[in-house]
Amino acid sequence: MTELGLILFSALLVNNFVLAQFLGLCPFMGITRSFDTAFATGLATTFVLTLAAVTSHTLYHYLLVPLNLTYLKIIVFIIVIAGLVQVIQLYLKATSPVLHQVLGVYLPLITSNCAVLGVTLLAIGQELTLLATFVFAVGAAAGFNLVMVLFGALREQLAQSDLPAAFAGTPITLLSAGLMSLAFMGFQGIGS
Amino acid sequence: MPNDFGRAVIENNPAWTQLLGLCPLLAVSNTVANAMGLAIASAFVVIGSNISISLLRRIIPDIARLPCFVLIIATFTTLTVMMLEAYAFDLYSRIALFVQIIVTNCMILGRAEVFASRQPVGRAVMDAMGTALGFAIALLTLGAIREALGQGTLLNDMDLLFGPAAASLRIDLFSTPPLSLALLPPGAFLIAGLAFAAVQGLRNGVNTPKDEADNTLTTERP
Repeated sequence: MTELGLILFSALLVNNFVLAQFLGLCPFMGITRSFDTAFATGLATTFVLTLAAVTSHTLYHYLLVPLNLTYLKIIVFIIVIAGLVQVIQLYLKATSPVLHQVLGVYLPLITSNCAVLGVTLLAIGQELTLLATFVFAVGAAAGFNLVMVLFGALREQLAQSDLPAAFAGTPITLLSAGLMSLAFMGFQGIGS
Repeated sequence: MPNDFGRAVIENNPAWTQLLGLCPLLAVSNTVANAMGLAIASAFVVIGSNISISLLRRIIPDIARLPCFVLIIATFTTLTVMMLEAYAFDLYSRIALFVQIIVTNCMILGRAEVFASRQPVGRAVMDAMGTALGFAIALLTLGAIREALGQGTLLNDMDLLFGPAAASLRIDLFSTPPLSLALLPPGAFLIAGLAFAAVQGLRNGVNTPKDEADNTLTTERP
């Protein structure tokens, strides 16, 4: 139990996927211009990420390993992720039009979010059990959500400020992310 | 045809004008050796997949083109992983995750969709080589700055990539590294932010104010 707690805490804060491991930077830089879109993207990613990690884990251990096809893992995982995104999109469209409207635009982008593939590959690499993979994915997704929302709020302020032309846009965004990453470094060492 | 190459390197540089491939750019640029390893791996994937997609462009049905592109890119990524595991394992084990997720690098899928799927092989190769070189320039520049500041050396560990003879390439700049932070994640964000500001400042200086409105980097200004 403590072990699972540590996995969750580590994925959420200590080794935060965006700020410490550089995964999922495209949505982080691209879609955090406002708080609302950041939140919606985070929610959709959580969905896909957790499902993808668990599905990939099952496929890897019960299909690829027995058949000696582990070298195909990248191809299989990317198909799983793309397929899941499609299924979730169809399911939401049929059952919850409101949620589909909120998340609709952001769902297809998740296929090319490297955090999703990154989590599945890391979970396989660290030889986690199915339950640990689930906890790891939830932690990673929560960490992703946390910084997406924090950064979305921060960027709404940033948009109001007067900056030197050379720093406007991308550079100031990266510098703010650097300061946030520095703050998250404060969690280093907890649990080790 | 050389125009395609030049345009891909400078005007449409994947890293600094289009902001694509940011994850590997920040993650693997802590030393020149790591940066060069990933640059070579990405170059192989983008050139290989651009050639295949250009050759298959009349066969791939339009409606299923994105899954097809992704599968082709995933195949070349798998090949790269296998080759690195066989010939440069020590280097591979340091950058493994980021070699594997080349498949989700939007830069490569972007070139496939915008260019390779509509152009003959010759132009697609030129575009791929330009994209690869542009990405490599960004990776290596950042890698050199971070290694020099964070570790006080340049070209350390090149033997992991090019065999034992390359170990002598190492240059010692400082006996104590001036800024160890440069090797850590915050350093990557901060140094990349300053580098992007420098590029943007230079562009603003070169461009007339009229052009500035079209500049993709400055459109976010309120």
